[in-house]
Amino acid sequence: MLRLPAFTFHQPETIEEAVALLATDPAHTRVVAGGTDLFPNMKRRHQGAESVVSLRGIDALHGITESKDGSVIIGATTTLDAITRDEQIQQKYPSLVTAVASISSPVLRNAGTIGGNLCLDTRCTYYNQNEEWRRSIDYCMKEQGDICWVAPSSPRCWAVSSGDSVPMLCALGAEITLVSSEGERTLPLAELFRDDGIDYLSKRPDEILTTIRIPSPSGARTGFWKLRRRGSIDFGVLSVAVSGWCNGNTTDRIEIWLGSVGSTPVRCTASIAALIGKPLDDETIAAAAALARKSAGANPLGNTDFVPQWRGKMIEKYVEAVLREVAGLPRQRMVPRHGSEKWPS
Amino acid sequence: MSQQSTTRTLRVNGEPQQVAFAVHHSLLEVLREELGLTGTKHGCELGECGTCTVLIDGKPVLSCLELAAECEGRSIETVEGMMQGNQLHPLQSCFADLGAAQCGYCTPGILLAAQALLAENDSPTRDQIVEALSGNLCRCTGYHKILEAIEWAAARLRGDDQYQPPNSAIYGDPVPGKQAKDV
Repeated sequence: MLRLPAFTFHQPETIEEAVALLATDPAHTRVVAGGTDLFPNMKRRHQGAESVVSLRGIDALHGITESKDGSVIIGATTTLDAITRDEQIQQKYPSLVTAVASISSPVLRNAGTIGGNLCLDTRCTYYNQNEEWRRSIDYCMKEQGDICWVAPSSPRCWAVSSGDSVPMLCALGAEITLVSSEGERTLPLAELFRDDGIDYLSKRPDEILTTIRIPSPSGARTGFWKLRRRGSIDFGVLSVAVSGWCNGNTTDRIEIWLGSVGSTPVRCTASIAALIGKPLDDETIAAAAALARKSAGANPLGNTDFVPQWRGKMIEKYVEAVLREVAGLPRQRMVPRHGSEKWPS
Repeated sequence: MSQQSTTRTLRVNGEPQQVAFAVHHSLLEVLREELGLTGTKHGCELGECGTCTVLIDGKPVLSCLELAAECEGRSIETVEGMMQGNQLHPLQSCFADLGAAQCGYCTPGILLAAQALLAENDSPTRDQIVEALSGNLCRCTGYHKILEAIEWAAARLRGDDQYQPPNSAIYGDPVPGKQAKDV
């Protein structure tokens, strides 16, 4: 049996109790909700903790509510399955349902939570291995070692941010609330992430992610596509999320975000700038998709599935495909995709 | 580090049982080692293979990633609870009749995932079954017989006695490489 290391376990019932537990020794305490990311990591001895605080018993962190201004607030420990089944989310943010329903497998979505998906540990071929494997290469920079095996001359770690809800929630302009014993702060979701494989969150260890607020979609047209080897279980190697607000023929505002292409979700700023004020048609979409591949931070390396060069090419294809879907244009070419819909006909 | 132990009441297959275990033990470890319910298998234990699937409050989840300490007050169902007396659950008998289990290691997890699906939807399409089972790996059967057995069991649970699994499911494809026809 692959067993968890011993730890002391706390089951607080309120947020105040949880942050107080966390404040005593934040460096050696971890919070857990679904356990689908932390426990495999602890079993493989990537992540350790002397004490684990479960958020599952805190009722205030569960559930989906609508506020008066039309925005939707999701508690951080709402399971991914509950989000895909929620009628309000299905109606307002259909692409978020596509994104969340693409995460891992149904059995994991019954346990995994949205907060956990946002705080998902970054991943790498040289890191997500068992202890013996990692010891045989003398570990890597992300854990005990000194070198990044993906880019040996690199001073930084290139582990990949692969939460699939992340690019979609960034494109929808979500905000998160972090609570610690010192108080709470609200920040745009995009500011939660740092471009570093080791220190990938701006959340302090003594803070708990409590809620995610998604503003009212107000007529946004959205799309989400994800690339991975199998239609289930596998982590994505590319996800593309778009949400666009069009006024008649021209694009007023558009957000294009990529996931799983670097240590942080990537905003395709050049593509966005190229589309603002223009209609979404064949030419503008093709031009924006070509720019997306060159977005700062979109840097597929040899540390996930598939060849990096091909994954780079797929950024362009996928951005083009999602933009065409958002614009209501017919699909141009066969692109492998997974989701509720089968192969395009 | 010293182990923190705990005593909790777990309701497994409808029966409340008081169990003592170390607090960092997963539900899988407690089911197999403390309660002797070895029907739930341990596979990858990292949440990839699905063989340790159990139902918690009716939802299929992976017992290898669930702490037993968090299962107090929730209803746990394992493969041992599927039979009613001496009567196999229709899923179990259809799996047996169609040879949907070969080595059988993935079977308990698949039976429970299928049971949860059928509780929600009594006549799932083939795609819906594939989707519901997409977290459970089987390395022997190639899945066809599993899908056919679930369709058959669904029909039996709906009371549809007329439903017959396709002959190809029972006898195999008569001409390899050609389209199997029901003869």
